[in-house]
Amino acid sequence: MKRPQHSPWLYRFAIATALTTLVLLGIGGLVTSKGAGMAVPDWPTSYGYNMFWLPFSWWKGGIFYEHSHRLIAAFVGLLTSILAAWIWGRETTGRVRWVGWATILILVMMLGHRGSGNASGVGVDVPFHFKLLAGLMPILLIFSVVQCIRTRGALRWLAMAAVFAVIFQGILGGFRVALYKDQIGIAHAALAQLFFTLICSIVLLVGRWWNEANAEPLAKEPCLRHWFLAATVLIFAQLALGAAMRHQHAGLAIWDFPLAHGQLWPDTSPDAVLRYNQQREELVALNQITAGQVRLQMLHRIGALLVTIAVTVSAWLTLKRVGQGNPLRKTALAWLALIGIQVALGVSTVLMNKPADIATAHVVFGAFSLATGVALVLMTWRSEILSFTPDGSVLPSSDIAVAN
Amino acid sequence: MNMKMTNCFLMAASLVAATQITTAADVTGKITLKGTPPEEKVLPIDPLCGKLHTSSLKTRFYVTDGKGGLGDVFIHIKSGLAGAAPAPSATPAVLDQVGCEYTPYILGVQVNQKMKVLNSDPLLHNVHPTPTAEGNKEFNKAQLPKGPPIEAVWSQAEILLRFKCDVHPWMFAYVGVVEHPYFAVSSKDGSFAIKNVPAGMYVIEALHRKTGKPVTKEVTVGANGAVADFTIELQ
Repeated sequence: MKRPQHSPWLYRFAIATALTTLVLLGIGGLVTSKGAGMAVPDWPTSYGYNMFWLPFSWWKGGIFYEHSHRLIAAFVGLLTSILAAWIWGRETTGRVRWVGWATILILVMMLGHRGSGNASGVGVDVPFHFKLLAGLMPILLIFSVVQCIRTRGALRWLAMAAVFAVIFQGILGGFRVALYKDQIGIAHAALAQLFFTLICSIVLLVGRWWNEANAEPLAKEPCLRHWFLAATVLIFAQLALGAAMRHQHAGLAIWDFPLAHGQLWPDTSPDAVLRYNQQREELVALNQITAGQVRLQMLHRIGALLVTIAVTVSAWLTLKRVGQGNPLRKTALAWLALIGIQVALGVSTVLMNKPADIATAHVVFGAFSLATGVALVLMTWRSEILSFTPDGSVLPSSDIAVAN
Repeated sequence: MNMKMTNCFLMAASLVAATQITTAADVTGKITLKGTPPEEKVLPIDPLCGKLHTSSLKTRFYVTDGKGGLGDVFIHIKSGLAGAAPAPSATPAVLDQVGCEYTPYILGVQVNQKMKVLNSDPLLHNVHPTPTAEGNKEFNKAQLPKGPPIEAVWSQAEILLRFKCDVHPWMFAYVGVVEHPYFAVSSKDGSFAIKNVPAGMYVIEALHRKTGKPVTKEVTVGANGAVADFTIELQ
């Protein structure tokens, strides 16, 4: 079995999946920004209807955002399944190929099966097979990632990980509705960022550049790699903090910048928090601001500063140590630009009282920043990923496929 | 013998109860707002809800009469009541949805008193209370245009319990749930009356949702009732 050649159509399909995922991220962000997460109170049905047959006349107000989110999520799930089946089919033969395809098909059918009822209410009637999938998917996801690492980036395991991740993500979204748990919403938002990054990584790995045998060798300087990795981890931590803030459903806990409630570090005494709640002008149903939320927002500001420093240093080091024409240079500069936009969006979110479109753009550019960081990490490790030997030499691609 | 004793006890209890009823009176008062409230903000309502109004909808943070009176303050007896609370009223408390707003904005109910949530609008809403007290169960139910009422009962006291509509996220209202029937919500001029309070000494608490800080006052209720005026300060 030989390592498959670059397929332009697979590459295009992967890009389409990534773009659709981006739309999904955007509409998911809008659902939270508009406070519409519970506008469709049941799941997996929508107002008792099969999700795909909810009459269009019902798509009003918050229902429009939440229901569109569900439909686009289903579409992303379908695209991801096709992408994974495609990649799996290219890299395997015989019984292994059929086992992979059957796994994907069974999972898609299980998701499509509504079960004995719809769930709305704590512990109420969540169909058993969804509980089963919720328990099984994280295990399979970890297994796929381990397999991917063990086989030095065999793409089929990465694609399979994407299938397990998208299913787990869908079920988390459903459980958020059915169980009324904000904490599930935080996990749902964080996994959304990771899933988008995973799909973007697949786009990179099926691209022409990655698969060209004589692609320009990239810098292997440990210093540069470590900066990329550290900045990317910081970005993810920052995104998780942001998700935790958004899913408190309390709006802005601090609404001035660069100071916070007029101070470098805001007062979080009970009297001060009472005053913040009194002074703010909430136009939608928001939870009360707490001292914890004020501190969380301050942590997010500190995180933004650290990310900005880490990405700036990474870009500066890249320009300094990597030769002209190397794709790392352009990517690192694009990364720095993304972080600049992201900071501007964050500041605008605060100063403009969190408009839904700006807050959502902040989520989307956060996802872009994370995906770019992961792409840079992968690019600097390309030769190792493609190689089985400790010295980093690239083996013939056919050997890589056989060893898998 | 036992039967006789039980009857005597019941008679004595009835006498005490009757005495209390005869001496029950109203606690009245006025809520005054100290400070100038900020201007109310225009709500970001959607076009469908906009069609139900001729002018823009605004927040209801500070309902005032312009003369210092403050409405929508929840007032209740905080402590001092002896014995078991009277059974909740058989008449349900009503929370309606009119013109894409919950009406009233602040409502009081007794623990285990039935609540009816109506939808008088020609639009679908979902009724989503978000209790925080353990034992009060959150739910999220769709309500069709002019559909049948949704009923709710709260088993634990909670001040204030928020109701919202996720279809129209600017719609929210608050319910004060207390263990007894001695509560009131002030009207626009700040006046209120807690009806039929048994004679005794009590601590009365007034809470305005937006100012957030409850104010209390000790009162002695006699045959002529009692007066409890409160001043709520803006910080």
